[in-house]
Amino acid sequence: MSSHLLVLPVLLPLLAGTILLLFSGARLAWKRPINLLACVLLLGVALALLVRAAGGDTQVYVLGDWAPPFGIVLVLDRLSALLLVVTAVLAIPVTLAMSAGTDRSGQNFHGLLQFQLMGLNGAFLTGDLFNLFVFFEILLIASYALLVFGGGRARVAASLHYVFLNLAGSAVFIIAVGLLYGITGTLNMADMAQRLATLPVDDVPLARAAGLLLLLVFAMKAALLPLGMWLPAAYASAAAPIAALFAIMSKVGIYAIFRVHGLLFGEHAGALAGLGQTLVWWLALGTLVLGVCGMLGARSLRSLLAWQVMVSVGTLLAGWALGTVAAWQGALFYLIHSTWLTAAMFLLAGVVVARRGVAEDGFMIGQRIVSPVVGLAFLAGAVALVGLPPLSGFVGKALLLQAAGPADALFWVLLLVAGLAALLSFARAGSTLFWRGDPATPLSSAQPMPLAPVWLLLPLSLLLVAAGDVILAYLEATAVALKSPQDLIDAVLGARTGGE
Amino acid sequence: MEALMAVCIGVLTACGVYLMLRARTFPVVMGLMLLGYAVNLFLFSMGRLATDAPAVIGRAESHADPLPQALVLTAIVIGFAMTAYVVILVIRARKTLNHDYVDDRVNERAHGAPEKSREGHS
Repeated sequence: MSSHLLVLPVLLPLLAGTILLLFSGARLAWKRPINLLACVLLLGVALALLVRAAGGDTQVYVLGDWAPPFGIVLVLDRLSALLLVVTAVLAIPVTLAMSAGTDRSGQNFHGLLQFQLMGLNGAFLTGDLFNLFVFFEILLIASYALLVFGGGRARVAASLHYVFLNLAGSAVFIIAVGLLYGITGTLNMADMAQRLATLPVDDVPLARAAGLLLLLVFAMKAALLPLGMWLPAAYASAAAPIAALFAIMSKVGIYAIFRVHGLLFGEHAGALAGLGQTLVWWLALGTLVLGVCGMLGARSLRSLLAWQVMVSVGTLLAGWALGTVAAWQGALFYLIHSTWLTAAMFLLAGVVVARRGVAEDGFMIGQRIVSPVVGLAFLAGAVALVGLPPLSGFVGKALLLQAAGPADALFWVLLLVAGLAALLSFARAGSTLFWRGDPATPLSSAQPMPLAPVWLLLPLSLLLVAAGDVILAYLEATAVALKSPQDLIDAVLGARTGGE
Repeated sequence: MEALMAVCIGVLTACGVYLMLRARTFPVVMGLMLLGYAVNLFLFSMGRLATDAPAVIGRAESHADPLPQALVLTAIVIGFAMTAYVVILVIRARKTLNHDYVDDRVNERAHGAPEKSREGHS
């Protein structure tokens, strides 16, 4: 049983999603517990895998018993285990928030969520480049449907952009995969990394082109500067719990950059080493600037949070481009923090929308929210996202600044300015939503949105700080393994077949 | 044959990109389909082009690489599903937005404030 644990993060959501779609006419009272149960089981599996990965050995699952490099393999290392846990933790509050009533505005939210999780988990686990494309498509098609869930003008308009851009991106992805296959004759990423390192000089420009095309696709999913303009409208218009789920979606692109470019175009890759790193550095700084402008100009809480996602993308990719172990450690910490806390704040925005009536979460004088619990949640989330001590945002930013050093002064300036801008924006948001206007009266027509899921996610910020030494040790080991992936390559290519 | 293949892929890509830049929903869908065909042909040709070469070892002296063929099959299936979804989405958008521009703001500039959609506020 334990050797098949590795494939469960893909199979479990597939099974649950299929059941939920087969009985899509069933009452929500049945679907909600099934979905929640599947999410809890998934969290259990993810935690078990995290414990196994923390031991340090890269684990390989050979699908269909086709020996690598010919078959498809699932690879579990520290990075993939970490992202599995981050995703599984996120799924539970999202399910709870939707189950309060928003899931009534469409038929298949619960099934779609499970397929989204399947795509995400598969993308984190796979060790095969084409398989990565397939899992990207699975998570994308679920996200297309989730984005437009509930309907309405803004959602439909935003999802047109999102779908068209991603379809074009998929085409570019296949071109890049095809090019790399044409050059190296393999799709297994570990095998490909070895062959790229000893590439004939004639093939280097072609491999460079393929690597940059891959970077283009991942940068689009991650919403890097010139390719990320779809993000603010899409996230700000989606239903609040779904926007919370999408907090992990832009991180998939960042994971793919860490994984694929770390493995294929890392320091060991000879002529191809460090491909695109300088480019990403400048674009990431540009994304930071743009995100700051967007935050200051945002006119609703969800829009503010969507721009905050762009700021975090810029921060993370600048951390990636710095390229040292310390920077990657900081970036990974910031990734966990920003995923969970952004999601918590999106869920909170849902609570605000449900309570304020026609003003929704817009920054205009409408009904103010009189609730210390909601106010406290907003304060905690804002403190964490702005990056003030004692919450996790501060630790993440401090680690990144420490890693940057005096040579990258521009990064210091921009990251600190981004923090100041976030502080200003959240102060403005909070004072409008909680202090100005008449007290809000509960609306019977609005869809209820519970506060409990927000309080499930917020304490995780404290946990990240309290368990800081354990987490940072884990992340340092992750970053070291990512920088020198020879162990992973050996583990994949030496994987035994023929049953265990 | 290489030249013919290259021209085919080039023409399909050019047409696809041109149609996508029209920024009206139906041409964009057509453009994405053409681009999808071009990409599938490209992926197929990455296994090197050969005539009279079966993709099974042992049936002939030379054999074609079977892997790109399998990949193209996967890509076609995915592309088909995506096209089906995007067509439905575009029809829905036509109904909700009352126009077929990809960018909703084009309509605002041309006709002033956006018309109230039939499905109420977002």
